[in-house]
Amino acid sequence: MVSQAQICDEIAEIASASDGMEPQPHLDYPPYRSSLLRHPTKALHPVDPEGVELWAPAFGERDVDPLEADLTIQHNGEPIGERMVVTGRVVDGEGRPVRHQLVEIWQANAGGRYLHQRDQHPAALDPNFTGVGRCLTDADGTYAFTTIKPGPYPWKNHRNAWRPAHIHFSLFGTEFTQRMVTQMYFPGDPLFALDPIYQSITDPKARERLVAGYDHDVTQHEWCTGYRWDIVLTGSHRTRMEDDA
Amino acid sequence: MTLAPTPGQTVGPFFGYALPYDGGPELVALGRADAIRLHGRVLDGAGDPVPDALLELSQPDADGVLPRQRGSWSRDGFDFTGWGRAATDREGRYGFTTVTPGPTAPGAAAYFALTVFARGLLDRLLTRVYLPGDDAVLAADPVLSSVPSDRRSTLIAERDETGFVFDVRLQGDGETVFLSYPRH
Repeated sequence: MVSQAQICDEIAEIASASDGMEPQPHLDYPPYRSSLLRHPTKALHPVDPEGVELWAPAFGERDVDPLEADLTIQHNGEPIGERMVVTGRVVDGEGRPVRHQLVEIWQANAGGRYLHQRDQHPAALDPNFTGVGRCLTDADGTYAFTTIKPGPYPWKNHRNAWRPAHIHFSLFGTEFTQRMVTQMYFPGDPLFALDPIYQSITDPKARERLVAGYDHDVTQHEWCTGYRWDIVLTGSHRTRMEDDA
Repeated sequence: MTLAPTPGQTVGPFFGYALPYDGGPELVALGRADAIRLHGRVLDGAGDPVPDALLELSQPDADGVLPRQRGSWSRDGFDFTGWGRAATDREGRYGFTTVTPGPTAPGAAAYFALTVFARGLLDRLLTRVYLPGDDAVLAADPVLSSVPSDRRSTLIAERDETGFVFDVRLQGDGETVFLSYPRH
């Protein structure tokens, strides 16, 4: 297993060779070892969207129970850790709200352990925390989840590899092409510089867009801390109708 | 106004208890007379199966009509919502139960739209799965004809006794053509 220093050297080498203008992660990013055999080697083929590509699935209130937005009430007791709210708006590339659309999240618990069989990190499972939530955005594109602040956790990319604490987000826009899965991070995480998944976005301004801001107006008196994280999907192509929800 | 997009990140190894759901791969009920299967494998650059991939399917119905009613997640056995989600198994296999998509315009080639996520894949990939059979229609398709001829077959499913087979090859021999769209 290679060292963190070796991975950091590789990260620095790629950063110095890139122009810092790429908004998306490098798919071919050797410091993230699992990407080696799983990235396309040929350029993406440019096409104009049409037909089904101009539409996203339409989730509705029958699909999502509002209680699923609170990850702290899914069991009989209170989960352990720092209770927090994360909220923000989902907008498209023109700044228009993505209304009534599905947002899914999943995450580790406060100890950095996922409730997933493949996670064998010897930190405690929390019987009161599953770490999966869903909600629909409102008419302004706003989502909100109540959860527990996840802990950082070790992984097997290299020796002494640790992921910065993060919450996985799954987002839909108004069109097929806007589909995105990403990760939200927390401000000031000391693991940012060491993490090849975060650093696979070589534009520093772009990767900072994955970092939520602490927001004291979201924090609630004697109850929880608050974070704000706004999400911008890629531009849309379809001409929007007035009744387009 | 154009805003800078939020970057994507890999779906990671632990989505399996969060994103797949009962009924996700069944766009229609198995017993329906016109039900077909779209199935295949997701393979990496060594030709090995990818057991931790997630695929999402979007398609019109058999008449080429795009469903627009809300409720894409639900499976009530009657409404066809044209969207499904399936994880790969330990052998890298996936399978959707659905109907054959119709062309959305007269004479157009019919296809499924497919989104690919996987551990190790730092951002999602998008592609099309064209139906095999009518060579004239496929040859006239503006997207297929813009793809180099030696790679065109990676976008076309094969027919089998249950429906269609389509393998997603992330890298290497027969690497699937993945698509990008303007303003991305």
